[in-house]
Amino acid sequence: MATTAIPVPDGTIIVGKPKWRPLESEGNLAMLLLLPTVALLGMFIAYPFVRGILLAVTNSKVGQIGDFVGFENFARLLKDPIFHAVVYNTFLYTFVTTIFKLILGLWLALLLNRDFKFKAFTRAFILLPFIVPTVLACFAWKWMFDPTFAVLNWMLFKLGIVAAGAGVNWLGDGDMAMLSIMIVNIWRGVPFFAISLMAGLQTISPDLGEAAAIDGAKPWQRFWYITWPLLMPVTMVVVLFSVIQTFSDFQIVYVMTGGGPANATHLFATYAYQLGVGTGLLSQGAAVSLAMFPLLFGIVIFQLMYIRRVETR
Amino acid sequence: MSSVTIRQVHKRYDDFHAVKGVSLEIKDKEFVVLVGPSGCGKTTTLRMVAGLETISEGDIMIGNKVVNQLPPMDRDIAMVFQNYALYPHMTVYDNMAFGLKMRKFDKAEIAKRVNNAADILDIKDHLGRKPRMLSGGQRQRVALGRAIVRNPQVFLFDEPLSNLDAKLRVQMRVEIKKLHQRLATTSIYVTHDQVEAMTLGDRVVVMKDGLIQQVGEPLELYNNPANKYVAGFIGSPAMNFADTMIEEAGGVVYAANPTMRIRVPEQIAARMGPHKDKPATLGIRPEDLRMANGADPEDLSFDAVVEVAEQLGSEIILDLKAGGSAMVASVEPTVRVKPQQKIRLAINPAGLRFFDATTEAAI
Repeated sequence: MATTAIPVPDGTIIVGKPKWRPLESEGNLAMLLLLPTVALLGMFIAYPFVRGILLAVTNSKVGQIGDFVGFENFARLLKDPIFHAVVYNTFLYTFVTTIFKLILGLWLALLLNRDFKFKAFTRAFILLPFIVPTVLACFAWKWMFDPTFAVLNWMLFKLGIVAAGAGVNWLGDGDMAMLSIMIVNIWRGVPFFAISLMAGLQTISPDLGEAAAIDGAKPWQRFWYITWPLLMPVTMVVVLFSVIQTFSDFQIVYVMTGGGPANATHLFATYAYQLGVGTGLLSQGAAVSLAMFPLLFGIVIFQLMYIRRVETR
Repeated sequence: MSSVTIRQVHKRYDDFHAVKGVSLEIKDKEFVVLVGPSGCGKTTTLRMVAGLETISEGDIMIGNKVVNQLPPMDRDIAMVFQNYALYPHMTVYDNMAFGLKMRKFDKAEIAKRVNNAADILDIKDHLGRKPRMLSGGQRQRVALGRAIVRNPQVFLFDEPLSNLDAKLRVQMRVEIKKLHQRLATTSIYVTHDQVEAMTLGDRVVVMKDGLIQQVGEPLELYNNPANKYVAGFIGSPAMNFADTMIEEAGGVVYAANPTMRIRVPEQIAARMGPHKDKPATLGIRPEDLRMANGADPEDLSFDAVVEVAEQLGSEIILDLKAGGSAMVASVEPTVRVKPQQKIRLAINPAGLRFFDATTEAAI
């Protein structure tokens, strides 16, 4: 049988070298898509970080480029009593506020997770301390903490707790000042805990609570054996975020006490700022903020490992 | 083990009357199924028995104790949930042991009971696993295990099989039946699946719109439905209905419409007095229809057009058009018909049911 040429419809079959399409390779595409992020992180995180390290091993001051001095700045910190106080303050501040934020936040979350009138409104309202700009809120608090003219001592006086003119010296006394900034930090941090934990609570099926109730668990047992373990992964993430933020807190202390009185409320960030910018000892300030890094890093690694363990359980 | 009495129970939500006066007497060791479409109040009723919903009005008694005010834990009941409600962070063993731990049983007794239940339910190999490592069927077994270890007065089942695939559902249905035969615990079972209701229940309660439509043994519901709703709900494929007028001619009562004129069997005709010359709904189950032959009387057969023929092997389901209304017939597998073919169907007169056109109650 004779074969006749069958005309191929235009463009159906293309034989030969495929077009060069570099973006069809997943590797290349991934590189390209990552590029903006890498550039941003590099420019605003990695570069300053490296510059910080380089600064910390010199003796530069404002107006003086400085020479390489090795670990001299760090050695000096180890002998600096203010730095010792800073380490103690930061740990105390982070530990106490995180505990209270967790307890109060969890309590609020459990309340908000119930059914009640104006639920949506209340839930939004709860976020208020979180939304108000920190500096603004801190000025308001600073005013309320005023020993002579402000509302807190007035309330204590009206309640008969303190005598006239003998009000609490909120920000003037070292221990009270620490307590005061903790109160503000807790006030500001509770909404974040409450909202995040409430989101966590909503992922727990109400059936489980009902099954436990039928199984004979009292309300606190239901919380302890069912809700709390199931909420644990969310709790750990929230605590992790909070610890990172609280450990490197700056705004509240800077506005309320500036680290005083007599360095009683200095944290890593405020002390680093005071040394580096306030006093002009740039390299020493850099050393203080770098000293925060391994400590924070250790805490984060520990918590991430714990989160992983909880999640794979 | 214990009886359950539900007496004139109502449940009202803010703007919704979910259960409108349900009364039910459940005998000791009885397996009662509440069945109905979603929103009929069956689950709400069950949850009121469990103590998970408050009772707006009426009484619920377990044994001879009114439990209205008792919390779930003090009612001595166990419940199996639709989505199993297993504690995801606990092993299978701990899931089953939880209720016993809460009730302060000693360790040896807990181990004995859990192992015993695991034996019965064939989940012994999974005791150390977490629920998420189990299949749906295994999870439901664990949920059953959690219910039986406590040896409660009453089992409550809230659509326990609806999350399983069809094959597993049939299998677990049999297991639940076996379990009840073995333990003889009073059970209340909620489902929307009438096949489950028919196969599991000693008695079946058909509910609709917060009201009980009929209570009876499965065959009683099938054979003597109290109203059109029950007739249509029980049985698969569902009963066919046709709107007819009741008329009398020469001492014989007929149900007639433009496509058929069916002679009403004598024992029903005797009750037709008040319905004469009024509309009534004729009901006939698909299995009471067959292909007519020449010997079938004119007044027990009608014409229809085949739309679809579904071959099931053991039978053929014919979807038909008879006049304006759709009908379904279940005929022998030897029948050969084509779509759009005109056929004549014969009625088994014993299968004829009639319902009042307005009240829908059986005549």
